[in-house]
Amino acid sequence: MSSEKVKKKLILSFSPELAELPITYHLVKDFDLVVNILRAQISPEKEGRLMLEIEGERGKLERGISYLQSNKIRVDSLEKELFHDKELCVNCGLCVGVCASRALILDENDELRFIKEKCVMCGICVKVCPRRAFKIEL
Amino acid sequence: MSKTIEEINEKIEKNEVVVLTAKEAYDLVKEEGVKKAAEKVDIVTTGTFGAMCSSGVFLNFGHTEPPLKMETVSLNSVPAYGYIAAVDAYLGATARSSENPEYGGGHVIEDLLSGKRIRLEATGAGTDCYPKKDIDTKITLDQINEAIMFNPRNCYQNYAAATNSSSTRLYTYMGALLPRYGNVNYATCGMWSPLLKDPEYRTIGIGTRIFFGGAIGYIAWHGTQHNSARTRDDNKLPIGPAGTLALIGDLKSMNKRYVRGAYFEGYGVSLMLGIGIPIPVIDEDMMHQLSLGNEDIKTVIVDYSVASRSRPIVREVSYQELRSGFVEIHGKMVPTGSTSSWALAREIATNLKQMILGKRFFLSEPVEKLPRDRIVKPLEVRRK
Repeated sequence: MSSEKVKKKLILSFSPELAELPITYHLVKDFDLVVNILRAQISPEKEGRLMLEIEGERGKLERGISYLQSNKIRVDSLEKELFHDKELCVNCGLCVGVCASRALILDENDELRFIKEKCVMCGICVKVCPRRAFKIEL
Repeated sequence: MSKTIEEINEKIEKNEVVVLTAKEAYDLVKEEGVKKAAEKVDIVTTGTFGAMCSSGVFLNFGHTEPPLKMETVSLNSVPAYGYIAAVDAYLGATARSSENPEYGGGHVIEDLLSGKRIRLEATGAGTDCYPKKDIDTKITLDQINEAIMFNPRNCYQNYAAATNSSSTRLYTYMGALLPRYGNVNYATCGMWSPLLKDPEYRTIGIGTRIFFGGAIGYIAWHGTQHNSARTRDDNKLPIGPAGTLALIGDLKSMNKRYVRGAYFEGYGVSLMLGIGIPIPVIDEDMMHQLSLGNEDIKTVIVDYSVASRSRPIVREVSYQELRSGFVEIHGKMVPTGSTSSWALAREIATNLKQMILGKRFFLSEPVEKLPRDRIVKPLEVRRK
């Protein structure tokens, strides 16, 4: 089993009855993973969605994912990333005010800076950008 | 101390002219004061880049064989206005494609400038002198006779910032406005903005030569909705939308970097455009105006949740505060976003400075002053 450390952003989607399953507990306790909840969307009678950043040994992480899948939780990798097309961008900054995670800021030269590590892939910039300069890449 | 435009142009010719951008002039006055700066500096360059919806191009396509008197006209499925003689049409920036709601007049203008082939469809009634009834062909900017950009309202002298007090997200031409004062969007380039640097239109007037989308253009008239009579503060600055400019120039000479189509979610299409205006330092009063910074220039934040032409004012705010990234509303720090590019405004002011230093741009005396007594009238909908 690979002991190389990896970090992944995942989106978990699950049916309402699974909301009570303590998945983060199991991921931490049983698979020795560091779990950071980036976004949670859980409401009664609706499909729940969790965005997690999970860090740990590759093998353990893979087993953790298998555990989730065996519990009928859909796991989508967030290895897809937000792509900022600088050719299309005009550095207006309309995306800055709606970016809740402050992954998009205007720097001291009034130019848009995209801080990838802070992005939670909410996608609002994709919608808001008048130049269509953002794309979510799979 | 006073200088004439003629004297300044002679200095350009003799390579003696001193040109600073708006930011450089601001810094110089901070260091040396208005009096010294006014003596040193001849021209201050300004710039703005943002969505300017009231824009468009007059196109002349040339005549087909046999000829057609174009009435309905579309370019890449975006409707243009025919009914101007036979082969002239006006393509407005906010016209929408019948096939793709995110594509419109602004994008056709950008595509023309990029050298792309554009589908032209036109129909006419068919007359003895114009027997043809329809065409469906491809054109490029190089092939057609003229492409004259004429924009009825650009360069707004200040603009109200937008927020949203309601519980639902709004999509406006000021961008997405998040519920419960979730954000504030503003639309002016602050201390870079041309009409905020010559607020009484002392040097900017009809006939003024300008940087227009990367080419040389001219101020044709005061713009529509020119609201020059708006109350001014102690610095003669309007706090909210005031004067506007109608501009004219040759699309064929423009640079696509400064002419870009735009799509605002839930609002529609527009054109983002870059404009720069040189301001001659004719006297110390002019230098004082040119030295005002984002801390001195203010606007109002209005609440777009009220869908009315007169929206309630939330508060007054300086561009320094807007530019800091957050403004305070009812004790809460609210993030800000801009619809204008200050990076491109700076670039345009810098380019214009280089054009003047390289003798590729001379100042022009306005042919007429812009009116200073205009107010904007509403349109009442009457049943009779």
